[in-house]
This record gives sequence, C-alpha cells and structure tokens, in this order.
Amino acid sequence: MPRQEAFSGDIQHLQILDKDGNVDEDLEPDLSDDELRDMYWYMILGRIYDQKAIKMQRQGRLGTYAPCKGQEAAQVGSAYAMDDSDWMFPAFRETAAYFVRDYPPEKLTQFWQGDERGSAIEGQDENFMVSVPVGSQLPHAVGAAWASKKNDDNIATLVYFGDGATSEGDFHEGMNFAGAFSTPTVFLCQNNQYAISVPRDEQTGSETLAQKALAYGFDGIQVDGNDVLAMWKATKEALQKARKENEPTMIEAVTYRRGDHTTADDAERYRDEEEVEYWQERDPIDRFEAYLKEKDVADDDWFEEQKEKAKEQVNDAMETAENVEAPDIEDIFTYHFKDTPPELQDQMQHLKQLEQERDEA
Amino acid sequence: MSEMNMVQALNRAMQEEMEQDEDVVVMGEDVGEDGGVFRVTKGLHDEFGPDRVIDTPLAESGIVGTALGMAVYGMKPIAEIQFMGFSYPAFDQVISHVSRIRNRSRGEYNAPMVIRAPYGGGIHAPEHHSESTEALYAHTPGIKVVIPSGPDDAYGLLKSAIRDPDPVCFWEPKKIYRAFKEDVPNDEHTTPIGEADVKREGSDVTVVSWGAMLQEALDTADKLEGEIDVEVIDLRTISPMDMETIEESVDKTGRCVVVHEAPQTCGVGAEISARLTEDDILHLEAPVKRVTGFDTIFPMYKLEEKYLPDSFRVEKAVREVHTF
Repeated sequence: MPRQEAFSGDIQHLQILDKDGNVDEDLEPDLSDDELRDMYWYMILGRIYDQKAIKMQRQGRLGTYAPCKGQEAAQVGSAYAMDDSDWMFPAFRETAAYFVRDYPPEKLTQFWQGDERGSAIEGQDENFMVSVPVGSQLPHAVGAAWASKKNDDNIATLVYFGDGATSEGDFHEGMNFAGAFSTPTVFLCQNNQYAISVPRDEQTGSETLAQKALAYGFDGIQVDGNDVLAMWKATKEALQKARKENEPTMIEAVTYRRGDHTTADDAERYRDEEEVEYWQERDPIDRFEAYLKEKDVADDDWFEEQKEKAKEQVNDAMETAENVEAPDIEDIFTYHFKDTPPELQDQMQHLKQLEQERDEA
Repeated sequence: MSEMNMVQALNRAMQEEMEQDEDVVVMGEDVGEDGGVFRVTKGLHDEFGPDRVIDTPLAESGIVGTALGMAVYGMKPIAEIQFMGFSYPAFDQVISHVSRIRNRSRGEYNAPMVIRAPYGGGIHAPEHHSESTEALYAHTPGIKVVIPSGPDDAYGLLKSAIRDPDPVCFWEPKKIYRAFKEDVPNDEHTTPIGEADVKREGSDVTVVSWGAMLQEALDTADKLEGEIDVEVIDLRTISPMDMETIEESVDKTGRCVVVHEAPQTCGVGAEISARLTEDDILHLEAPVKRVTGFDTIFPMYKLEEKYLPDSFRVEKAVREVHTF
C-alpha cells in the first residue's frame, strides 16, 4: 500500500462583527433587542468594575487583581450563551462572565480582598470558584460533564482558561478524557496573546490553539474573541452539540489582554505601545456600540445611562464589600472537613487563647 | 562593601555562575525579558541571551522534566518555578525522576540541577501563593532542600546549589526578598549546603528556624535579652539536616524551640524534635516545643497574620520551655 493521508482536519475562524461593528448579515444571530442590550450591560459592568478594582488596588483597598479589560466580549458572549443549568468553571480573570452568571460583584471583591467568604458560591449554584493554578480546572469541568451524562441531565459544562494553560498537562489530560468519553464539555480558551510576559507564538508551535482539539477527536473553532456576536453564536452551537450529542468542542477566542497580567505585573516591560493600540482599535465594546447604534437598538444617551448605572452599582458593591465585618479566626479552621477533627479544634482553641493573651499584653 | 537585598544577591550568584560556566542555563516562566515576576533573573536575558535564559511554556512538569534531561546530558539548569504553590505539577518529575536518577542509573547519570521558587506567606498574595511545603520535598529521598534567610547566605548557598552534582530544591522566602540589605562580599564565596549557622549565641534556650521565620526568632532573642539567653540557629539546609550543630547547642541549653511557618503535623519541626529525642534525650531538660503554622489550608490574606508565627508566639514558647 502506498502512503495515504491518515488524517486531515481544518479549523475555521468565525467573525460576525468586524472591527468597526459592521455585521455579516448571513451570520447575524437571532437575538432580541433586549438580549443585545443585556449583553452590552454585562460588558460595560465588567469594564467599569475592572477600572474600579485596579484603582482600589492602587489605593491599598484590594489585593492583587487580574484585570479583564479587552476580554469582555469573549466572556459575555460565551457566558450569555449558557443555560442557567449549565455549569461554569472559570480560571481567575472571568469577571464579566461571573456577572452574567449572577455572581454578586461585592462577593468577587471580597475574594480579591483576601477574604475566603468571597468564594462562597452565590448567585447560581452552577458557578465554580476562581481557579488560580493554571489549567487545573479543566479536568473538573470534564468530570462534572461526564457525571451529568451518566445522570442523563442534559446539561453542559463550560470551562474557561487562557493560551498559557494549553501548555499544562491538565489541559491535555482534560481534553483527552473529554474526547475519550464524549463528555458534554465546552473548552473556552481565551487566547489573550500573553501568559504574563510570554507571547502566544512562544507558548506553542501550533498555528492555532483550536486545532489542538482535533488531536483529541473533537471539533475546534477559532473565533474573533472581541466580537460578542461571534462568541455567542459559537458557544451556543457548541453547548447545543454538547447537550444533544455529548460532543465536546474547543473554542479559541482570539482576544487581547489590554491590561497587566495582574496588578503585580507591568506589561510595558515586555510589549510595545503599537501592539496595544492595534488591539484598542479592535475594542469589543466600541465595536458592539457601533452595531447597536446602526441597528437602532440603542443610542449614545442609553450607553451613557448604562455606564452611569454600572458605576453606581460597582461603587455600591465596593462599599458593601469594604463594610463587611472582618473574618473571624475560626474561618481558618472551618470547612476542612464536614466535622472538624479534635486536633484541629484544639489548635483553634489555642489560637483563640493566644489572641486573647495578645490583646491583654 | 557590597550592600544588597536577597533578590540582588540571588541575581548576582546566577550571573557569576553563568559567566564562569557555559553549562549553566536559567529556565522558567517569565524569567527572560520580564526578569521573573520578582525580578530575580533581571538582566540575565540581556547579558546571556534567550538560549541561556529561557522563557518556557507555562508547564511546570515540562520545565523540571526537560531540566532533568538537560542535566543528564551535561548541562546545569536552574529551573525557576514561579511560586512554590505551582510546583506540584512538577512534583511527579521531582519524586519519580529527579530525586532518583543517580540511584536508578546506579551512578551512571546524575542531575546537577537547581529548582528555585519563592515560597512562604506574609505578602498579602492571592490563593496558592503563600504556602510552605518544604517538608514534602525534605520527605523525598535524593534531593537536597535549601532555604536561605538573608542576602549573603542566599548568594553563597545558591552558588553551592548550582555547583552541586545533585539536585537541589532552593526555596526563597519571598517575604524577605527585599526586607533588608546585607553586605555580600565580592569575593566569590560560597556557603556550604548541609551546615546550619549559629546566628546568635546563648546559653538558656535554643531556637531553630529558617527562612522568613528566622527574623521572628532573632527578634525574640533581642526582646528577652538580660532575662533569657536565647541561642538562635538558622537551619539553612532542610535536607540533609545538620543535627550536629543543633545537638551541640542543645547540649549546652537543654531546651529547644523550633519555629516554622509550615503546618505542624509531619513538618520539619517534628523531625528535629524526633531526632533530639532519639539522640540527645539525656541533655534535654524540657520537651522540644514547636511554633508553627496550623494544620489548615493557608488562609487568604485577611487572616494570614493570625496564621503565621510571630515573636509573640515564639516568646511564649521560649518562656514555656525555660520554666518547664
């Protein structure tokens, strides 16, 4: 037998709104005016929360924070496509996605203020906590999807991660399990071009990240991650396929982290202004505003109102978080087990006594 | 005089070793142009180029596993893991291969490599950025575990670690990365691995500590001066452990307190206590006391000061063993 092609695959790129907000009418999704306005609201809420959080960190009122500026379309488009019963597994930059999923901004603030209680699940039960170790959440999303399939629950799980995470072993193990067991999982990679300082091109030799899905036996698609309509459409389809056919999909959202990796980082050290400007011209919110105006769904006054409303809501949330009573030292010891073992109870008593002696000293 | 902080001292140690030995390479996440998230590798990329100061993909197991491959091939990689809390994907490589390569190959191969990472609490960092798991590594046969507590030792110990023919885990207490400066003489000196250091002599109670906690021990000794004469030992190398220095001290004082920020159970303090009980019981006049973190997950930063031992807790323990 001569040599034959054993495999071939291709990766499509999807864009519906171009950088100036012109829409491809053939691909335009059927979203109501209210839904479109809703999506805009979450994007602007994410953007304004982000600005405020950075400011507060600089003022010493918030710990290290991972900004999401520039990634609002990738997050809102995908999260908005989810059903309430689908499960979301975030990484640590999913501020806007969390808001879509009803996670209260004051709780998120509490988390970044170094308070465990900020991680307590609120809003929808189907939201997982922030996952800091890069890529470690992928297998969890696959496991939950797998369990839902065993239960015939007809839900999907969606897991967020970045371009850097595709290098981690957990990415590959999670993807492989999803392919091997056909789990209803959507892998939502926000390729924001940098893993801290390391650019996407140095992260992997692959031409696209989406093509990694092909190796695990399922579809991958690359999407303009700054186009909220394309993000919504691609995610909606992937989720439907997951629920109906138990087929996983990997979506590579091509976007850009406009801010620093975290407030502890200084991106000016490793990337130039020109590149930042290039992506500024492709801003997801500007583009969506142009589309909504063109479509007569909203006007400048309405955008302004939303921004004011978001500012007010964010300020209120920050105030609420800052006025929460300090955590008790018992918080260090609780929630390790259903029943706190005697030796941990002893240590807790010991610390309480120490604190009392310290107060008296 | 060459005054510098720990970050500068570590940087100089690597710079000098790279200059003198072409086999020494630095690899890890963001160690290149960015100079590492704590800037410990700052300037090395400019000086030695991307072939020797390598920004790797975000993959700890890959970093340590390929470093091992390089090491058996004759290079001397310094693998940086961004935070100790992210070292666990590489733990499989450490425990299954790095620590065993000399043994498994019956001496044919060895792994002259260093795994560096910032560790420990006290800087209000996010989740997974503050733990101290040196005991996991000390519990692993076949690797050395080093923790400096000041700039000069950081310099001397890192140079020794790079030159060591065996793998060394080098944990850097990030709370004191920039906390103080010390004179680091410009004379290419090294600090031997496996030797503890008596930082302050005393006759009543021995306090053994390392990393950022050493400062709490020294503060306590200062505070108790004139009342209780505290001898402070900086362990410096967790594995192999210099029991000779500790026992010599305890022979004199008869009393010992161990201070570490890691959880208590199966911590390095337990090992020191056990060895003193086994080998030095006749000199002990009081039980060995441990001042440690609690057996809990390291709390998020609003409660980290409550979790971390401080001189108040060390003083209380010193008084307890002193009056036992």
